[in-house]
Amino acid sequence: MKNRWLPALVLSPSLLLVGVCVYGFIAFTFYLSFTASTILPNMTLAGGENYARLFSLSTFFSSLGNLGLFATLYIVISMALGMTLAILIDQRIRAESIFRSIFLYPMALSFIVTGTAWKWLLDPSIGLERTVHLMGFESFTFNWIKDGDMAIYTVVIAAVWQTSGFVMALFLAGLRGIDNEVLNAARVDGAKSWRIYTRIIIPQLGPSFISSFVILAHMAIKSYDLVIALTGGGPGRATWLPSVFMYQYTFTRNEMAVGAASAVIMLIGIAVVVVPYVRREMRLNQGPNA
Amino acid sequence: MSTQTTAHTMAIQASRKPSAFTLERFWLYLILCLFAFMFLMPIYVMLVNSIKPLDEIRAGNLVALPLAPTIEPWVQAWSQAQIGVQATGLKPYFLNSFLMVIPAVLISTALGALNGYVLTQFKVKGGTLLFGLVLFSVFIPFQIVLIPMARLLGELGLAGSVKGLILVHTVYGIGFGTLFFRNFYAAFPQELVKSARMDGAGFFVLFWRLMLPASLPIVVVNIIWQFTNIWNDFLFGASFSDYSSYPLTVALNNLVSSSTGVKEYNVHFAGAFIAALPTLIVYIVSGKYFVRGLMAGSVKG
Amino acid sequence: MKRSLIAAVVSATMATGAVAAESVEVLHWWTSGGEAAALGVLKKDLESQGITWNDMPVAGGGGEAAMTALRARVTSGNPPSAVQALGFDITDWAKQGVVANLNDLAGKEGWDKVVPTALQKFSKHDGKWVAAPVNVHSTNWVWANKAVLDKAGVNTMPQNWDEFIVALDKVQKAGYVGLAHGGQAWQDATLFDGVVLTTGGVDFYNKAFVQKDPKALNSATMVKAFDRMSQLRSYVDKDFSNRDWNLASAMVIEGKAGFQIMGDWAKGEFLKAKKVPNKDFLCMRVPGTQGMVSFNSDQFMMFKVGADSQGAQTKLAKAIMNPSFQSAFNVVKGSVPARTDVPNTAFDDCGKKGMADLADANKSGQLVGSMAHGHAVPASIKNGFYDVITGHFNGTMTSAAAAKAMAEAAE
Repeated sequence: MKNRWLPALVLSPSLLLVGVCVYGFIAFTFYLSFTASTILPNMTLAGGENYARLFSLSTFFSSLGNLGLFATLYIVISMALGMTLAILIDQRIRAESIFRSIFLYPMALSFIVTGTAWKWLLDPSIGLERTVHLMGFESFTFNWIKDGDMAIYTVVIAAVWQTSGFVMALFLAGLRGIDNEVLNAARVDGAKSWRIYTRIIIPQLGPSFISSFVILAHMAIKSYDLVIALTGGGPGRATWLPSVFMYQYTFTRNEMAVGAASAVIMLIGIAVVVVPYVRREMRLNQGPNA
Repeated sequence: MSTQTTAHTMAIQASRKPSAFTLERFWLYLILCLFAFMFLMPIYVMLVNSIKPLDEIRAGNLVALPLAPTIEPWVQAWSQAQIGVQATGLKPYFLNSFLMVIPAVLISTALGALNGYVLTQFKVKGGTLLFGLVLFSVFIPFQIVLIPMARLLGELGLAGSVKGLILVHTVYGIGFGTLFFRNFYAAFPQELVKSARMDGAGFFVLFWRLMLPASLPIVVVNIIWQFTNIWNDFLFGASFSDYSSYPLTVALNNLVSSSTGVKEYNVHFAGAFIAALPTLIVYIVSGKYFVRGLMAGSVKG
Repeated sequence: MKRSLIAAVVSATMATGAVAAESVEVLHWWTSGGEAAALGVLKKDLESQGITWNDMPVAGGGGEAAMTALRARVTSGNPPSAVQALGFDITDWAKQGVVANLNDLAGKEGWDKVVPTALQKFSKHDGKWVAAPVNVHSTNWVWANKAVLDKAGVNTMPQNWDEFIVALDKVQKAGYVGLAHGGQAWQDATLFDGVVLTTGGVDFYNKAFVQKDPKALNSATMVKAFDRMSQLRSYVDKDFSNRDWNLASAMVIEGKAGFQIMGDWAKGEFLKAKKVPNKDFLCMRVPGTQGMVSFNSDQFMMFKVGADSQGAQTKLAKAIMNPSFQSAFNVVKGSVPARTDVPNTAFDDCGKKGMADLADANKSGQLVGSMAHGHAVPASIKNGFYDVITGHFNGTMTSAAAAKAMAEAAE
């Protein structure tokens, strides 16, 4: 290449934008968490008192716990469901494109629409429970959404519905990319379908798992709109996630510095979980930069 | 599309002829139909209730078909519903959303493609680390961004304008765009690149003439992803716009979340559908290319 | 000569270009039928004066989303001319030094004399008028379905708490829902306004909620108030969680429930359903709080805008405070005017009662700011209180623990 610096030059707008608008803002948030900011940023420092206040709030810890529970169930179930659907669709189905569209379309909806629709469906007095009652099964109850202990699972249901189609598409692409000769050889050797899947196919889906994880983790972190539309954070504070906590303290409660502190903790947590996967993605397909 | 993958795909397609009807196939279709039913339930409920008059919704059953179907809620949602002080429906805000989404999607696709190209075809110092940093940027929660970005937009003189919204959405689309294209180009057959270089192709010629034309599937993937995310965004749309530029999601939220008055669920559902139509159309029309794109690029080991 | 110079400049300006059209940008969350229509009255008024109304509605959460958008707007240096706001939010913004000074207009129009003192606390900051109040809502109201009460055998209106419990009991035993309620934090807190007033009176309310005296917050009276909340809890139906307030009102309107404790914006729902006060539905103060009014007031706070927008902004403030607008708007909204000199002829019976109650409470010093709606403590403490009240209502803590938590939240 004639111009050694041309590649770097081409990269630079993105690097500048991401550098400022992501990492610069993260640094700003880090700084804010040590200030006395209330309704708007206030640059006077206030030591660690925001973190002290943060760690004294039980809602902070319950939000973190909720995120752990929600994210784990959401990611595991979405992957399992997505992979299952992909395997089923991969079986040379007649109406493949129709089924695929059906499973994929929820991704096109915004979180607000999803939350509102599921809020309706899961409300005992107008939704599923009432419908089943009207059909004659009087003793059926499904009031998870109104129950402090169970409400978080309704968030899982709505979120899984929204994104497992996308995970299915990722796994379908992965399945289609698997070398047919190896499969045929295994079949000729008399291996059962079940075995072929667990021994040959699924292990080769590693990249699909990694990509799904990145997408799902990203969705789990961003799930503010879904929670607010579905449960309003309730009953009480039962379905608060860190994104809800952060929004509440930064904006609604005029305690921006505490919100910033919670954001810092959340970023650390995200980094711990996500960085190993990011590194795997980095090492994958390195091309000439290997 | 690379020749290798094309041949591969064709081989797979060829072996995938529908097979004979057996018990196993029956169960397969049954399970799929069951899942399809569960996936369709919410949208069926929304659709069916969007054409019912309000008293039927209150009195009746969520899943029952309408006794007196009416398209009035749709008309209301489109052009008559109360969004603010004026009763304009959702119609005027479509334009704002399109003006914001289309440039943002195009620019972030272009940037993602260029980034992926550079990171895979050239030696850049610390290229892998830079990629990692760009990828990690997709995990930033948007609430963190709100206030500093508002300040930045103010300094740049873009506050409250469609241009400001385009900038914001472009910036936060760079992460995924780079991820998609980088994985795609990393799997691009290197012999083609080498021979093109030996023929004297420079930086831009190589990109424009060879790699980009072959990228259609991943371009589709990226467009779908960015379009969906930007179209459905609420937080940035409400915070960085003003009365002349606020997008459809803000209007829809005003329709659906009003604090008083009778909740006209049928109008809300009709409105939610109308707002979701562009993304639904994008998904349905490009579904085939979507899977092909994912397959041809991001997940090959 | 000066005069001819001025004349020359004026004619030059006229010649080069017309004066820029005046406009105001208004950020608010009144996006539904009645309220939007009421706001439309203001819009038309301004348009007749040649001012364009640029609407920036952001619905949701009782203003939560709007307030977030406002932060971004202010930070980017592009604030709207006027923003709907409640109570301490106005004070918090005024402290940031980004609001306008309306003293000129207020002086000319005599606002100091006609706006109740308790309201002025929020409309003014540092002696300067920064907001124009649109209405006064009150939160210690009870709305009842007359037919349900008759069928349940409740013949006299409860005058104190014990009678109220007896009445709730009768309604529940007759097969109806005693108290229609929506389990959202702010609704739980709205109940709490009335319960604290009836349990401790105005003095206790002020000590606890305005002065944040820890001895008042963590006291036997507060524990008693929480016990009474638990009593109320036993009269709500099992699906109360996260129910919207207007759906709870609908329960009373449709005769499924007997009572609802809610601010007077609920009256709008009854009127829209064509119900008549004292015939179909009854409005009374939370038993034990007669003579007291816990209020909240929607105000349009004015932000510092460029010189070319100030004229329009002033006209907007003037139009808001216009007595005929105050009457027209509040008849629709269910609240009462923010000025005490507006005639009550256009209001329904409950509205007339509301206006009389406000005037009386203002005179007797029993007009207190609603804690639940941001007129007693600032947002951070208010939300801390919310956490305790809603947690206690949902059964996660005892009354004694709740009182203790209230004192901690106020620190």
